Amino acid sequence: MFEPVIRTDRLTRYFGKRCVVSDLDMKIVPGQVTALMGLNGAGKTTTIRILMGLLRPTRGRCTVFGEDSAQLTPETRMRIGYLVEGHFLYRNMRVNQCAKFQRSGYSRWDDTLFDDVVAHFGIRPSNRIGELSRGQRAGVALGLVLAPDPELLVLDDPALGLDPVSRRALNETLVEFAGQGKRTVLLSTHLLDDVERVADRVMVLVDGRLRVETSTEDFINRVSGFSVEISPANVDQIGSISGLIEARKRGGRFLLAIADADDQTMAVLQAISDSAVETTELGFADCVLSYLTSKRGDQSFLGTQKSGAI
Amino acid sequence: MLRLRVTTGGAVPIYRQVIDQLRQSCASGKLSVGDAVPSVRALAKELLVNPNTIAKAYAELVRDGVLESQRGRGYFVAAQRNIFSAKERRRRLDLVMDPFLAEALTLGFDPQQIRDEVAKRLDRMTKSKS
Repeated sequence: MFEPVIRTDRLTRYFGKRCVVSDLDMKIVPGQVTALMGLNGAGKTTTIRILMGLLRPTRGRCTVFGEDSAQLTPETRMRIGYLVEGHFLYRNMRVNQCAKFQRSGYSRWDDTLFDDVVAHFGIRPSNRIGELSRGQRAGVALGLVLAPDPELLVLDDPALGLDPVSRRALNETLVEFAGQGKRTVLLSTHLLDDVERVADRVMVLVDGRLRVETSTEDFINRVSGFSVEISPANVDQIGSISGLIEARKRGGRFLLAIADADDQTMAVLQAISDSAVETTELGFADCVLSYLTSKRGDQSFLGTQKSGAI
Repeated sequence: MLRLRVTTGGAVPIYRQVIDQLRQSCASGKLSVGDAVPSVRALAKELLVNPNTIAKAYAELVRDGVLESQRGRGYFVAAQRNIFSAKERRRRLDLVMDPFLAEALTLGFDPQQIRDEVAKRLDRMTKSKS
């Protein structure tokens, strides 16, 4: 099999008494675009900061290119392009000065690539950072991480606060530069549509726990939707359905999202349902949303009646 | 000029949308046998989707005999040949017919209207092809 580019082993991080990342076991597949999704506070940025060696885990360990994240050598760091959340740049620098400043830290630098990326965002090299829009600053930041031609690209919410034009430019740049199979991309984002377009694999973090880690295709295939009519007397039994991700009340019926449903699941549903069980088609966005909405989605969650009954 | 469109957020995966639209373009004669289709990378860029998604759609179309890949030259519309058994063709037809007829009946069309409509469209499709 493949050697994962990033591997974590029971990675855990507390801030005070609060557990932000909990027993994370994940592998990032080389040459693929992996989207890391989760609500605000789910632990995405914390995970990325630990991976990049900016934060120590409370427990567990993680490696990037086989090296411990806490002790990445400069040579290994040069193979990584890390875009921090928020597109931070020095406001009084000009775009070409940013490039000069950044390239001094790398042995490899592709000027043409940098110029192409910033031009794609409608930026001139002589522009001062302070006079650029947020979307354009994102373009500069993206150019800076791409120019050293990194093998691994780690993008922490690159689309945050971007206007539609910049967002399109960002996606075009991602498809163009990530889609050659040789670059590995880890992308954290909230944008379901963008993930559906660009990602090969998806990970969903819920309250610091990794609930989903698979290919987007497998993900859609394994989550099924059902619409069932359940009388109040039977509502308690919803929580005991194995693989239940989320239950929502819509009119007189419950909409259930269930992972790895099989014949046995159907039998259980039919047993507690007052009328015929209907299947509903779920798209990629529905599947992700079911996980994010459930929030408390361990195999048996009776929190459904509270959190699920909207 | 072939123009495909994909939408996100729906129940139909992107690679399935690409497959359906290319199939339809071939069936309606918008694409003829031997026509080149865009390269994987070009179509990925145009539609703004992961190139692997397009590659997967093309692979399925090649497997189903809609496209053929010529090494080093790209993908082309293949001459129609029946690569499926009679039974499999029947199954695939049922798969699309049943939901179609159910929808048409639910919308309140009577059987004769549906027959007429099908005949009319079939005429148009096969005419534009020849």
